[in-house]
Amino acid sequence: MGPRRMFEPGTSVSVKKLQPPGHVRTPTYLRGKTGIIERAIRPFKNPEQLAYGLPAGEKYLYRVRFDMAEIWGSAEVPGDTVDAEIYEHWLEEMS
Amino acid sequence: MPHDHAEHLSPSGHPYRQDNDGPLTYWQTMEIAIRELMIEKGEVSAAEVTAQIEAMDARSPANGAAVVARAWTDPDFKARLLDDASAASREMGFDIGPMNLLAVENTSDVHNLIVCTLCSCYPRNLLGLPPDWYKTREYRSRAVREPRAVLREFGVQLPETKTVRVHDSTADMRYIVLPARPSGTENLDTHALAALVTRDSMIGTGLPKDPA
Repeated sequence: MGPRRMFEPGTSVSVKKLQPPGHVRTPTYLRGKTGIIERAIRPFKNPEQLAYGLPAGEKYLYRVRFDMAEIWGSAEVPGDTVDAEIYEHWLEEMS
Repeated sequence: MPHDHAEHLSPSGHPYRQDNDGPLTYWQTMEIAIRELMIEKGEVSAAEVTAQIEAMDARSPANGAAVVARAWTDPDFKARLLDDASAASREMGFDIGPMNLLAVENTSDVHNLIVCTLCSCYPRNLLGLPPDWYKTREYRSRAVREPRAVLREFGVQLPETKTVRVHDSTADMRYIVLPARPSGTENLDTHALAALVTRDSMIGTGLPKDPA
């Protein structure tokens, strides 16, 4: 039994603003930013442990879509986006 | 000798690239040590290592072009490609190993661009090794910050009516752009269509060639 899907497509989520050391796949420029779940991919082994040869639990991987203006404060053309893959433990649902 | 003391100039005065034979880096030394240990312990053979390098060098953008051309001509295949690009690539006979591939489609409203800001993730198991610029900090940082400026430098001018979607390969997925089929190609077969599909059109920094 892998982890359950926590977020459905269209859900508004924010990326946790953490600064842990180590092999982390959440880019700094997206931390603290809010986006929309574009799709739920599936669970993968957590790269934060896998990278060190440690026993790695599975974490659900999502694609999150961010507005350029949300990330950078402005956009050359409104509506342009960045999609990135973010693991579940980095995401919080926006109320 | 006019250029006796000039660096990086041949005796006739032409610039040349510096020799690439400096000392090994820490990680190069580490790779060699681990490879030699694994061969010594019988985990892999030298021939297997060579075979893997040759298999990677044999992969090229032509593999992706064949997939794109098939998607342009076979709507059922296109649906399977957009649903599961790994399975669709394997269905065409390409050995992509364990790669998790996702195809994103360019339409009249959307243009897709692929980057890996964290390192250099690229669909190598289908398209072969990435171009050098794909791995530069300049491309990686600017593609997510000012994609339209980057595209203009590649010669791609997009109207404001088209949305740019940048895909940052931050984790386990790899991406290929399914470019839009050029007009005037109705009578071309998949072989001729594949010849129009450039590497850059599958990264999103280019568009397919127009038919001759």
